[in-house]
Amino acid sequence: MMSTQYDDLMQRLLQGETRAAARLITLTENDINAAETIIHSVYKHTGNAYILGITGAPGSGKSTFISTLIQKLLKEDRKIGVICVDPSSPLTGGALLGDRIRMKDMFSSDNVFIRSMANRGQLGGLSRATEDVIKILDAYGCDIIIVETVGVGQSEVDIFRSAHTVLVLLVPGLGDDIQTIKAGIMEITDIFVVNKMDLPGADRKVAELIQMLELNMNYKYKSHEINKNVLTTEEWTPEIIQTNSITGQNFEELIEKIEKHHRFIQNQGIVSNYLRNRIKQETLQILKYKLIKKTENMFEDNSLIEKLIAQVIEKTMDPYEMANSIIRLLKFPVKDRDF
Amino acid sequence: METNRKIKVLVTKPGLDGHDRGAKVVARGLRDAGFEVIYTGLHQTPKDIVNTIVQEDPDAVLLSILSGAHNALCPKIMELLKEHNIDDVLVAVGGIIPEEDKEYLKSFGLSGFYGPGTEIKTIVDFVKNNLKR
Amino acid sequence: MTEIEETSQKEETKEKAKHKSRSFRNLSDIEIKRLYKPQDISEFKYEQALGEPGKYPYTRGPYNNMYRGRLWTMRQFAGFGTAAQTNERFKFLIEHGQTGLSVAFHLPTIYGYESCDERSLGEVGKEGVAIDTLADMETLFDGIDLSKISTSMTINAPATILLAMYIVVAEKQGVSPEKLRGTIQNDILKEYIAQKSWIFPPEPSMRLIVDTIEYCTHHVPQWYTISISGYHIREAGSTAVQELAFTLADGFAYVEAAMERGLHVDEFAHRLSFFFNAHNNFFEEIAKYRAARRIWAKRMKNKYGAKKPESMRLRFHTQTAGVSLTAQEPENNIVRVAYQGLAAVLGGTQSLHTNSYDEALCLPTEKAVRIALRTQQIMAHETGVADTVDPLAGSYYVEWLTDKMEEEANNYFDQIEELGGVIPAIKKNFFQKEIANASYKYQREVERKERIIVGVNKYKSKEDSTPDILKIEDEVALKQLQLLSGVKKKRDNAAVKDTLGELKEAAQGTENLMPYIINAVRDYASIGEIIGTLKEVFGIYREDSIF
Repeated sequence: MMSTQYDDLMQRLLQGETRAAARLITLTENDINAAETIIHSVYKHTGNAYILGITGAPGSGKSTFISTLIQKLLKEDRKIGVICVDPSSPLTGGALLGDRIRMKDMFSSDNVFIRSMANRGQLGGLSRATEDVIKILDAYGCDIIIVETVGVGQSEVDIFRSAHTVLVLLVPGLGDDIQTIKAGIMEITDIFVVNKMDLPGADRKVAELIQMLELNMNYKYKSHEINKNVLTTEEWTPEIIQTNSITGQNFEELIEKIEKHHRFIQNQGIVSNYLRNRIKQETLQILKYKLIKKTENMFEDNSLIEKLIAQVIEKTMDPYEMANSIIRLLKFPVKDRDF
Repeated sequence: METNRKIKVLVTKPGLDGHDRGAKVVARGLRDAGFEVIYTGLHQTPKDIVNTIVQEDPDAVLLSILSGAHNALCPKIMELLKEHNIDDVLVAVGGIIPEEDKEYLKSFGLSGFYGPGTEIKTIVDFVKNNLKR
Repeated sequence: MTEIEETSQKEETKEKAKHKSRSFRNLSDIEIKRLYKPQDISEFKYEQALGEPGKYPYTRGPYNNMYRGRLWTMRQFAGFGTAAQTNERFKFLIEHGQTGLSVAFHLPTIYGYESCDERSLGEVGKEGVAIDTLADMETLFDGIDLSKISTSMTINAPATILLAMYIVVAEKQGVSPEKLRGTIQNDILKEYIAQKSWIFPPEPSMRLIVDTIEYCTHHVPQWYTISISGYHIREAGSTAVQELAFTLADGFAYVEAAMERGLHVDEFAHRLSFFFNAHNNFFEEIAKYRAARRIWAKRMKNKYGAKKPESMRLRFHTQTAGVSLTAQEPENNIVRVAYQGLAAVLGGTQSLHTNSYDEALCLPTEKAVRIALRTQQIMAHETGVADTVDPLAGSYYVEWLTDKMEEEANNYFDQIEELGGVIPAIKKNFFQKEIANASYKYQREVERKERIIVGVNKYKSKEDSTPDILKIEDEVALKQLQLLSGVKKKRDNAAVKDTLGELKEAAQGTENLMPYIINAVRDYASIGEIIGTLKEVFGIYREDSIF
């Protein structure tokens, strides 16, 4: 039961029309039903893009770093997509998306598509929306898609499960950023970048990183990604590199490291493993989103819920039993567009 | 229908003046009013701005110009939008725009002119009430 | 009852109901007490805190006689259209007794773009005069004897180039560089902090500034090499304390950079001057100027080892706050400007620019410019405020506030030092964040009516008055483009290529670039070409998004 209202946009998207890509992204962001229809048509055209995840604390110079990286990558004549994710205010729902500020007059915009997103504070929804945007940009023809996020929370960890290579930016002197990384990001990092290497303390930051890596030996592929059945002879120790985004110093070396990591995940059979894992994670996110929405809707409008609440009040049922009853209620067959 | 719609506004500074205090205060105020705001920074050419509009697909665009170059820049932007077949984006101007220029700019499809001292609430209400989609 | 009175009465009743007590905090958010008494300045010692005017620490003024010796310079900024148009205005001003010129450049010149660049669209000749090559500069000063006037040029990132042009124009008039008098603003740090007309990253920009200091020390000794400016920091929304602290911190950074080049502080410090804002809070502004002189003198003497009095005394130009002008009831701005100007004079300014009341609406008209100048003349000749030096000294309130401003500025100096100095603090967006927060806070206070702006959020009149406005014709752009392409056809293009090549090579090394820039300018290389060459070596600066 496919809607045809997006067919025209879809066709234009596959021809590489920028405005069609932009509009489809807006539709998926605003409406999960639209997202479902759109991704249904987009999905078979995906799988070509290499996905880079980049994060770092505010002030680590991500935007300049990314513009310089794009400049270097574009020399190889590629189409690059950038998704910049910023937090929404939990109070007002508003957001300031300022990252475009430094990503200008650096490259011909025909080959670079930049899109800002607010996380809209939804539970697990951010990674779902980001996945959708990645797919649309993939179908649009991007060879490389950079996903950039601020800060280092759980939502970043979720987003970066879809990235092939994850870069974390640090700067000299920002004392506590390594502490922040330890909370979850470290395990998914492939390359640490000490940016603004011209500032005093860059070497010390590298030393701190090395020390931290020596203390925490449970790297990404060893502990999480590599399926027990896949034989590996080596593991990936996160690389560390210093860069200066203004002068472009060390970017060639950085790109080599990214390529090295790319080869690594290909050679080690991680790519196919990674894909399975990604599908699992993504489906889990969609399920979470749908089930929570479904449950919330049920709470809003169901006399049965009221009855259950009454029983809990009367102490003939406890909240766990109530939850089990609701799960039983959820178990009817899924109708089309029911969610 | 499960919608999660937010009003998305592009705040941008065409031309060469560096007076971004107003643009930033407005950007921050719109954020506090629940909008998703993209700020492009300074010195955007009409081409830069229209490229951003194409990619970001905002509901409204606020151009902040204090250099007096509005009569050259605004029509150029509207012209480029037309070339891209974009006609459902609200475009307003902040800055020092003399009365007679407002009439001229309106003829290109710009609406809403906000000078120094405008309360943010006025701009918020204007955007909310004049969206084209 | 008129409509205005009626509205204001209604509003007042509403306001009274809302706020039982008014807030007494100045624009730097300093709490002001009901009354100041001797115990508020119990530590006060005349010689240490103030000293005589013209004596260390110069709190009471840089000169012994102040305005009794010579009134402040009434310097109004001019520049519009083509060089020929501005030249006419200059000649008119000189005929009417003005001895100092002040040049405003159009934005493409300020950013180092040629008038024909895509980014110059709509900007040519708009906010100042269009200068692309030496040819325009020759026209600008045609018939004006550069040995007889002083010229102030508001130019920063490309300051070396405009100074080079001025030197070459003088050379062609037969005036040697030692005789040249004037100022280039040349203050790049405040550009990163506030005004945003940067081109290169901070380090090469500082190199160019030290190049001008070094070059002028040896060849153009009467030139003021930097006008260290708080004006724009304030216009970007900072508080008075931030303006004071950030400006002086910039000043210290320039002194340190020049000393690192091997110059002695007494060789160049007397050629540094300052440029402050005059905003609405009357006493706060006065205290700011007095504190500035004292902080500078102390630091120059104690930290940098200055021996000459000229190196320790801070002299400054003031402009009234453009940002305080309202588009609503613009005539009210005349009154605001008068109070602001008065604060500057009571604070001991050396020169003053009073804004025109219609500047929130357009470029100032001739009538508005005249009223602005008359405001200064009335102050100088009718009010008697210039009859005695530093008349507010000894006021419990003013001395307390002066101390307080110094103390708060010192707090900022400590924070900047902790961040590693001015340039690292810029890179960490310290100043930008401080200013953005202050500016947003102010806006919110105005919207909540915690701060009253007459005619804007209180006492509003229904009718809108629209004053006459000045417009720059678009033919200016066309004319300028023709001039530029004419020059490019006529000049020796091979020579331009050579001198630019030499400049590039020198830029890759560590030599002083002034001689190379002078050579390029002499061959009629355009500002756009020279800046473009330097960009290839230095790169460009990009800012973070700080709200």
